[in-house]
Amino acid sequence: MNIFNFDQTFEGLLTLVFESYRLKLFPDMIMGRGENQSFLFSDPVFIPTESEKAERVWKKIIEKTSPTNGNRIYIAFQSELPGTPKLIYDYIKLMTDTQQSIETDFTLPPVMEITRLFNKVAKETARVRMFTRFQQTSENSYYASVMPEYDVLPLCIHHFTDRFADQEWMIYDLKRDYGFYYNLIETERISFEKLPVNPVNGQLYESFHNPEEKQFQKLWKNYFDTICIKERKNYKLHRQMLPRRFWNYLPEKNG
Amino acid sequence: MVSEKTFDKLKILAESARYDVSCSSSGTSRSNSSGGIGNASAWGICHSYSEDGRCISLMKIMLSNNCIYDCAYCVNRRSNDHPRSSFTPQELSDLTIGFYRRNYIEGLFLSSGVLRNPEYTMEQMIAAIKDLRLRHRYNGYIHMKVIPGAGRELILEAGRWADRLSVNMEIPTENNLKFLAPEKNYESILKPIRMITENIRENREDRKKFRHVEKFTPAGQSTQLIIGASDDKDITVLSLANKLYRQRSLKRVYYSGYIPVNGYDSRLPALASPPLKREHRLYEADWLLRFYGFNVNDIVSEEYPDLDLSLDPKVSYALRNPWLYPVDINIADPMMLLRVPGIGLNSVKLIVAARQHSRINSDNLKKMGVVMKRARYFISCRELGFSQNVQDLKPEVVRRILLSGQKPSDAFQLKLFTSTVHPTPALT
Ligand code: SF4
Repeated sequence: MNIFNFDQTFEGLLTLVFESYRLKLFPDMIMGRGENQSFLFSDPVFIPTESEKAERVWKKIIEKTSPTNGNRIYIAFQSELPGTPKLIYDYIKLMTDTQQSIETDFTLPPVMEITRLFNKVAKETARVRMFTRFQQTSENSYYASVMPEYDVLPLCIHHFTDRFADQEWMIYDLKRDYGFYYNLIETERISFEKLPVNPVNGQLYESFHNPEEKQFQKLWKNYFDTICIKERKNYKLHRQMLPRRFWNYLPEKNG
Repeated sequence: MVSEKTFDKLKILAESARYDVSCSSSGTSRSNSSGGIGNASAWGICHSYSEDGRCISLMKIMLSNNCIYDCAYCVNRRSNDHPRSSFTPQELSDLTIGFYRRNYIEGLFLSSGVLRNPEYTMEQMIAAIKDLRLRHRYNGYIHMKVIPGAGRELILEAGRWADRLSVNMEIPTENNLKFLAPEKNYESILKPIRMITENIRENREDRKKFRHVEKFTPAGQSTQLIIGASDDKDITVLSLANKLYRQRSLKRVYYSGYIPVNGYDSRLPALASPPLKREHRLYEADWLLRFYGFNVNDIVSEEYPDLDLSLDPKVSYALRNPWLYPVDINIADPMMLLRVPGIGLNSVKLIVAARQHSRINSDNLKKMGVVMKRARYFISCRELGFSQNVQDLKPEVVRRILLSGQKPSDAFQLKLFTSTVHPTPALT
C-alpha cells in the first residue's frame, strides 16, 4: 500500500503529484491535515515541497483545462476536509490521462466532487466577507476576529484590501492562529503569540477599544432589532441564513 | 458624536423605513480606485439577516419620517400619531460611514417622508449622499429614493451621486392609487421613472462617445409594489412588472405584502396577517419572467388571473401544459430544461456542459442539484429508475403527490387552498 504525506500546503500537494508520476508510484492514500495515525504494514512516504515541480504541475493543469479550473482546485483544497488531497490527486490524474478536457464532464465522480467542494468553500468565503465585524481600536485602526469552518481567509483578503483601502486593519483567524494585516500600503500574513482578544466573543480587551466602539456596537444592535418586522418573524429562515456558529462574533446577536 | 439622541433617531427612522423591502445592493461593480473607502460588488452582499429572515445589506433609513401626505397604507402618513424625527444630512453620513467601516453594511438606502415639498426633500437627501461621497470619500453603494413630483434637475443631481434610484409605485393601478393616496397622482410617479430611464440611456450613449462623462445611476432603477392593500389581481401586478422590465429597463420590481399598519382606515382590507405566501409566489413568478424566458401569459391568464398559492408557478405551468413533457434531459433545448420543475439555472448550466461528454443519468442529476422529488414527473433520461411521468399519471395525480409531499407545517395552508384550486385543462 502506497501512503504519501506532504507539508499540507497546496504547493506541497502539487509537488506530490509530480513526484508520484516521476517515481511511477501511485498513492492509495494521501494523508490530510491532522491525520497522523501509524500504519501497520507501511510507513507513509513524505514528499518535501519544491516550488519548481509544483509550478510545472500547475502549468499543466491550466494548459489541459483552464485557469478557472486551476482556481477551482485551489479553492477546493482550502476546505481541509479529510480525503481532499487524494480527491485532488485523482482529479489531476484523470485530467492528465484523458485526451480531451474533462473539466465539465460532471458525470465523472471526481469532477462533480471537486465542484461540490468548491461550492462549499466558496460559500464559506462569501460568509466571511459578510459576517466579519471590525472593532475600532484605541489607535483608530480596525480589528476583526474570525473562525471560519474552512481555511478561507486568504480567499477574502483581496476583497477587504480593496474595500477598506484607507483604514489600517487586521483580520485574525483564531482557529488557525494567523491573520492578515493591512498597513495602508499592502496586506501581509502574520501570527501572534498572544492577542489581547477574548476568544469567546472575539472582542478586543476593553482598554484597546476606541471610546466610541461599544456605542457603535450598541447602535448596530439597535438597528438590527428595529429593522425586523415582527409580523413576518421567521426564525427558521433566520437561523438557516445566519448559522449559529457565527453568532458569538456578531455584535447584533450579543449584548 | 454618538449620543442618546443618536440612539433615539436611529430607532425611529429605521422603524419607519423597515417596510420598504428593497435591500438588494447588486447591479454595480466598482473597485475602489480613488483610494478612499468602499467598493461595490456586482452581486451585492448581505451582512446580516434579521429575525424575519430578510437580508440586511444596506442600512435602510429615512432622513425624516415627517410627511405632508396622508397615504392610507403608510405608517408615516401625517394623520398617524407616532414619534417623528429627522437626521441632519451630516449626522446621517457620519452614522453610515461608522457602520460601513466596521463592515456592518454594504451601503446606504436612503428614503424620506415629504418635507415641505418634493424639491426641498430631495435637496436634503442629496446633501446627505453628497457629503458621504465628498467629505468621507465614500465609494460604496448608495440607493436613493426619488420623491414623486421632483423635477428633472434634482433627479439628474441625485443620479450623479447614487448607484441606484427608485420611485415607488406602491399601488399598481391608477384608480386604486387615487382611492388610497388621493394627494398623489399616477403621472407624478410615472414621469420620474420615465425620466430616469431616458437619462440612463442617454448617459450610456454619451459615455460611448466621451469617456470622461460621469456615470448616471450605474445600478439602474427599481420600484416597489404593495400587494394586498388594493384589489388588484396578480395578472395586473405581473403585467405591470413585465412592462417596467421590458419598456423601462428597470433592474428590479419588489413586491411587498401589505402589513396592516393602519387598521383604522376602512379603505384598506382587514387582513389577519400579511399576504406573505402571495408575495413569495410573485417573486417566483418574477424570477421566471426575468431569467427563465417565461411570458406573463405563461404564468397567469384571463382564465387564471391569480397565482396558485399552493404550488410554485413553474409547477402550475407544467401541470397546465402536460403535453410539453417529459423533457429528454440529454437532448432538450436549454430553454425547455428551464421549464422543468425542480431544475434551476445552475443545474441547466451543468447539464448542458456535461451532456457533451456523456449521457446523463438520474444519479448525475441529483448530484447536480436537481430536485428529483419534483423533476422526476417531467423528465426522461437514461436509467431513470422510475417510469411514470406527468402524461402517464395525469396532472391531477401529480398535483396531489406534490402537494402531499409538503411539510406538515404547510398542511393548514393546503386545506385552505384545495377548495380554490383551479382544475387543470387536462381535467376539463
Ligand atoms: S408620501 Fe411616502 S412617506 Fe408620505 S405618507 Fe405617502 S407613502 Fe408615506
